[in-house]
Amino acid sequence: MGEFKVHRVRFFDYMPSAIRAMAFNSHTERLAVARADGAVEIFNFADNYFQEKVIPGRDGRAVEALCWVGRRLFSAGLDGELTEYDLENLRPKYSIEAYGGPVWTISGNSQGTLLAAGCEDGTVKMFEILDERIQFQRNLDRQKGRIISLAWHPSGTKMAAGMMDMIRIFDTETGSATHRMLVERGAGASKSKEVVVWSVAFLSDHTVISGDSAGKFQIWDGSTGTLIRSHPVTKWDVLVLSVSQDESSVIAGTSEGTVVQFQFIASTAGQEDKHWFRTRTFKNHSHDVRALVHTDTAVVSGGMDTQLVVRPLLDKVEKNTQESALRKIAFPHRNLVSCAKKAGLLLFQFPDHLELWRLGESDGNGAPGEILPVKRKPEKLIQLKRKGEDHICCSALSPCGSWLAYSTVSSVRLYRLTLSSNSVSIQKVSKLPKELRSVHQLCFSLDSSRLFASSSLSSVVVVALDQTECRCLHTLKHKSGSKQPIHILCPSEDGRWLAAANTDCEIHVFDLHKKKLHCSVPAYSSCPTAVSIHPASCSLVSVHADQQIFEFSLKQKEYTEWSRQLQRQGLHPLWLQRDTPVTRVTFNPTNPAHIVLHDAFMFCIIDQSLPLPKAETKLYNQMVLRSFPQPQRSRESHAFKICKNFQHLLSVTLLEDLSLVVVERPLLDIVSQLPAPVRQKKFAT
Amino acid sequence: MAALCEGYTLCGLVPALNQLSSEIQGIEEERDCDHVIVTDSTRSVTLYKVSDQKPLGSWTVKQGQTLTCPAVFNKHTHEYVAVSDNKVIRIWKEDDILLDKAFKATVSADVRAVHCAHGGEPAVLFQRGAVRLLDSLLSAPQQPVEEILVPEEAIRWSTSIVAETQQLIIFTTELNGDHFLYLQRLNPNSVQKYRLEPEGPGLSPLSFWASCKDKNICLLYLYPNGHLYQSLVSVRGPATDEGAQVVPLPRDPLLSLPVGEEPLDAASAIFLDDAHVAVVGVPHPAAGPGKDFLCIWNTNFQTLQAAKEMAGKLYGQLWSYSSKLFIPHGKVLSVIPFACPRSSLASALGKLKQVKTEETKPPTLVSSWNTILHGEQPPKPVETRKPRTTRRTQSAPSLTIDQVQNLIKTAPAEEVQKEVERLLSRQDLQDLQPSLGQLALALVSRSLADPAFYSSSSLTQLVHTQCLSHSVCPDLLPLALEKKDYFLCQLCLQFFPDIPEAVTCACLKAFISLPDADSEKLNLEPESVSFMEMLISNEHAQMGLQNGFSPASCEEGRTDTIGGPQTKAEEKGNASPKQSCPLGLHKAALINEVLQTAYSETFLLPHLKDFSSDHVVLFLQYLEFLYLRYSTDSFSQTHGCRSPTLNQILDWVCMLLDAHFTVLVMTPAAKGLLLNLQCFVRSQVRLFSELGKIEGSLQQLNSMKMKKDVGQYSIEVIELY
Repeated sequence: MGEFKVHRVRFFDYMPSAIRAMAFNSHTERLAVARADGAVEIFNFADNYFQEKVIPGRDGRAVEALCWVGRRLFSAGLDGELTEYDLENLRPKYSIEAYGGPVWTISGNSQGTLLAAGCEDGTVKMFEILDERIQFQRNLDRQKGRIISLAWHPSGTKMAAGMMDMIRIFDTETGSATHRMLVERGAGASKSKEVVVWSVAFLSDHTVISGDSAGKFQIWDGSTGTLIRSHPVTKWDVLVLSVSQDESSVIAGTSEGTVVQFQFIASTAGQEDKHWFRTRTFKNHSHDVRALVHTDTAVVSGGMDTQLVVRPLLDKVEKNTQESALRKIAFPHRNLVSCAKKAGLLLFQFPDHLELWRLGESDGNGAPGEILPVKRKPEKLIQLKRKGEDHICCSALSPCGSWLAYSTVSSVRLYRLTLSSNSVSIQKVSKLPKELRSVHQLCFSLDSSRLFASSSLSSVVVVALDQTECRCLHTLKHKSGSKQPIHILCPSEDGRWLAAANTDCEIHVFDLHKKKLHCSVPAYSSCPTAVSIHPASCSLVSVHADQQIFEFSLKQKEYTEWSRQLQRQGLHPLWLQRDTPVTRVTFNPTNPAHIVLHDAFMFCIIDQSLPLPKAETKLYNQMVLRSFPQPQRSRESHAFKICKNFQHLLSVTLLEDLSLVVVERPLLDIVSQLPAPVRQKKFAT
Repeated sequence: MAALCEGYTLCGLVPALNQLSSEIQGIEEERDCDHVIVTDSTRSVTLYKVSDQKPLGSWTVKQGQTLTCPAVFNKHTHEYVAVSDNKVIRIWKEDDILLDKAFKATVSADVRAVHCAHGGEPAVLFQRGAVRLLDSLLSAPQQPVEEILVPEEAIRWSTSIVAETQQLIIFTTELNGDHFLYLQRLNPNSVQKYRLEPEGPGLSPLSFWASCKDKNICLLYLYPNGHLYQSLVSVRGPATDEGAQVVPLPRDPLLSLPVGEEPLDAASAIFLDDAHVAVVGVPHPAAGPGKDFLCIWNTNFQTLQAAKEMAGKLYGQLWSYSSKLFIPHGKVLSVIPFACPRSSLASALGKLKQVKTEETKPPTLVSSWNTILHGEQPPKPVETRKPRTTRRTQSAPSLTIDQVQNLIKTAPAEEVQKEVERLLSRQDLQDLQPSLGQLALALVSRSLADPAFYSSSSLTQLVHTQCLSHSVCPDLLPLALEKKDYFLCQLCLQFFPDIPEAVTCACLKAFISLPDADSEKLNLEPESVSFMEMLISNEHAQMGLQNGFSPASCEEGRTDTIGGPQTKAEEKGNASPKQSCPLGLHKAALINEVLQTAYSETFLLPHLKDFSSDHVVLFLQYLEFLYLRYSTDSFSQTHGCRSPTLNQILDWVCMLLDAHFTVLVMTPAAKGLLLNLQCFVRSQVRLFSELGKIEGSLQQLNSMKMKKDVGQYSIEVIELY
């Protein structure tokens, strides 16, 4: 197969933001995750937990609560505003001021007609949900002290509100508080501190469940306002609660990073008399669990340690299947690294700035396994701070390294770079065509003469670049009617084709010469995670969230023979069991049979000329092959050459000089930058 | 340290008629290590169980016939094979009673010997050098046998070895004073002939011994002049056509054994293991001219490891099977079990000696170790001869070693001194190394015999060459002590690696009891004296906190052990300023030398017990003084002088306390001393327990640092298959 020189890059200080809130829509199986920087991400649980959409954050916006109403997503934050998101254009649709100070929580009723917001000033504000917007309806009785948490009774007539030191029950029709349930403060020194009821749940049998800052999980009778049972769960805070749909199980997230499950079961089997019992404890986080979702089959948790953890409940799923495996989603499912193949430059995208680095050099060659001496160290050329308050949503670097573009939800900026050996200059291109306003994805053609930008309604704007001006040539549109945003753009090397994939699982191929749609790849049920056009054979290789690989010939407009054979034989089970999506596909310019692709834990070179691995052969066979002599090696080898030497990969690209650039971000480095977790007494410390 | 155990008699011998050779023709191992077959020189073969010291069976040929080669035992077939009257091969089993009724076969040529190596098949060596496997020979007993040797050539010694599944017959021959080694490989057959380097006119090897040392045949042979050589021959042999040419056999001198006046006549040497050689029939270096000794020498360190005087005449015969030596002497055949533990420097010297100073010393000392360790590899004779011939052309011819040795016996002291000096000023001292011991021996024996004769400077020079050791010249140090030549004593203590504990103690005793007035006149090695000067001058410099120990805290600690304010004040009065050196400068320098010698506690303790209580207290005071000086913060060990280490001092304190505990407790003079030591130790223990607490966390820190080696950027090469 051959030797590769690998630039192992670890200086991308990517730091994901802490998870603050989550909301799960069980009809569409979409999970919305809000992060501390205000970004909102949508994960499709029906499609291998693929991160379909990312709505970038904004300075000063801190999302404190998320709420789905039907297919609409609302959020509220400490800035005192309620926001609805435009999930087709990946931006906030509108925000309205609640006029009650910071909003701590929002909650929609099960009928989908009202949205309640709990405010700092002690009011619960009701908003009517209209087709295009929401409208303030009225306030419930104003209380002393802030409203921290809210829960609707499924009937919609009552509502429980967690406050400081107490829980109130409101009659939503009259707006008056019917019960006042005092929550006991913590013992000892914390006696003088108010207890915060961080989370409440209201079950259909009028049971109210609360979690508070004294570490208690309490069960109340909502109709009489009496405490039924109190479970001390932690010495610290119980931060969040989530109820299963059938109301037989409640999970509570704590500051210790644990998730505790309570179940409504009979103490002895067969008896009718049911109580809430503490059953399981999960410890998948090192820090506060701030957000929690109880799906039918799993506990989904997130918190300060930035990872999204999907922990299947083993009594709800079939054991030893892919579904029963624990998943940790630590990295975004999109590329934050752009690589200029010709110039050997790397562009790193952060929410508030971009970094441009030049790779180092080494002279000479070494034997496999060796580390070569670095002759020239890598060098940070530019750190470009974004303008405005909106965070960067996408960025691109042209292959020759002379153009740089980034976009926020409100604007696109294009820069011309001049790099010589010892000086760097950057010049903003001032007049951009007005079509370039709100884009989701940016991409340069290989000869750097075109900039492609995915715009609203699944359209692609083509911009011609030269030294003097930049003008919009045309807008490419397809006729499938999908309004979902395009998340992948990929031009072919010869400049003839452009592939665009959207989150409706569609891949459209445009003919850039004829400026119209060439064809659409037959729709597949899983969303494409990486798409690329082969430079020689003009076939389109797509990898999907369910790990399937397809090759579609653009000339014949049909799947290639290799692709059909792959589908007939099926991919190796171990390949299908991987839990991170392939985020980039590239090709080896010297060997057209080679496809290079990577996920977070491996990169793989698929040699199309070799036989496909059968289910019973060893997929990860590099170590075995190494021990064989050459003739046996070629007999035993199969098409998938997988290298796991590098872990936590954010990007793997092949430069023009055939050296690989591997960008790693070790999880330990991320963990080391987190704040200290709550102190816990451990044995012998 | 190799050791010879108490031996026992296996059987009695009838002295042969000519008195020169023993009655025993050969001893072979039988079925296991506890059974041997002994073939006597005439007619009978006897099977012995060694541990029971009794015969299990005996077979005799008819009157008039003789056994002409030692019987061997074939372990595969459990048969005995012997040859009678040179031509008749006899084979029998243990339950055959009469030898005459057993199998015999007459062959066409005279047989030299039958060999059956451990793990090999029996092979027959004919007088004229041909070799046949016994089986193939018996299939056609009258087959013609070729002649390998030229007519005058005669086999002197032969053996058989199995090395790496290759069976070999090895034999040596003599032809007109030249000696040859034949290496006959069996299956496939090939023979290689080597010529032994001639040792001198009229000197033929007295004994041979062959063993297999990782893929090489190691041949050991002893000459009458006491030189023991080793030659290595590859088992595989050169790829050249077999036997076509005679290859000279390179040799390495292993030992030069002391011989005495006469050359050896009946002696032999065998390898016991890689480093040990058992020698019989060679005089003990310290016991005069008698040759009735069985000795074990360490070839690595050239030291005598064990010796045993054997009663009666020795025949120069020696066999070794499974850690037992079989040696016929006088009228008996004795079995002497031996032990050769793997030799190391530590075991050879008692304790590891002065690692630190060896590093700081100029390389001379190190190189001397090399010569001691690898003295058996001096440059090839061709190279050494050359400078010798050039030297002869120089104007002032120095005498040879032998001449000087003769001179020592008679000449006056001044002349001896002059000649020794001239001899030692020669440049090729390294070659002389084995003979220097003999020179020293001669000097010492002359001094012992003639009280008027004592050549201090010659001996000093000899010791300075660092080629001597105590085992080479055991009388030297006692002589120096007797003559009160303390400078020589100092040098001996410094350079001899193997001084027995008894002698060390004798030195110590002499040094301690030396009057101060006398000692100040001594002329000692300047470096050791200057070290002591530094130590003593340093003593008044400061009295600060000493490695966590301050006199004040020591006092505090003591208050609870002693009641009464009066005693407290008294103690305070005499304890705290008591930091002056209790011994004179030169005396201390000498004692320092003793502290640095190697020793084993078990052997030293009994001798230490002989000390008088005054001496013990004085010595202990001095050790305490040293310890206090060493543990001050200001006094680090970076001065680079040869000096006792802190550990050595503490070891001696412990030993002294062990040896004289009751005496010290009873002696009032020692009370303050012991209390001082006790509270000192307590403060140190406190310090170390504190240090021990943080050790774990510091270690953790270290391992963490090791892990974090991955940089921000690297360029690596990987290969995919």
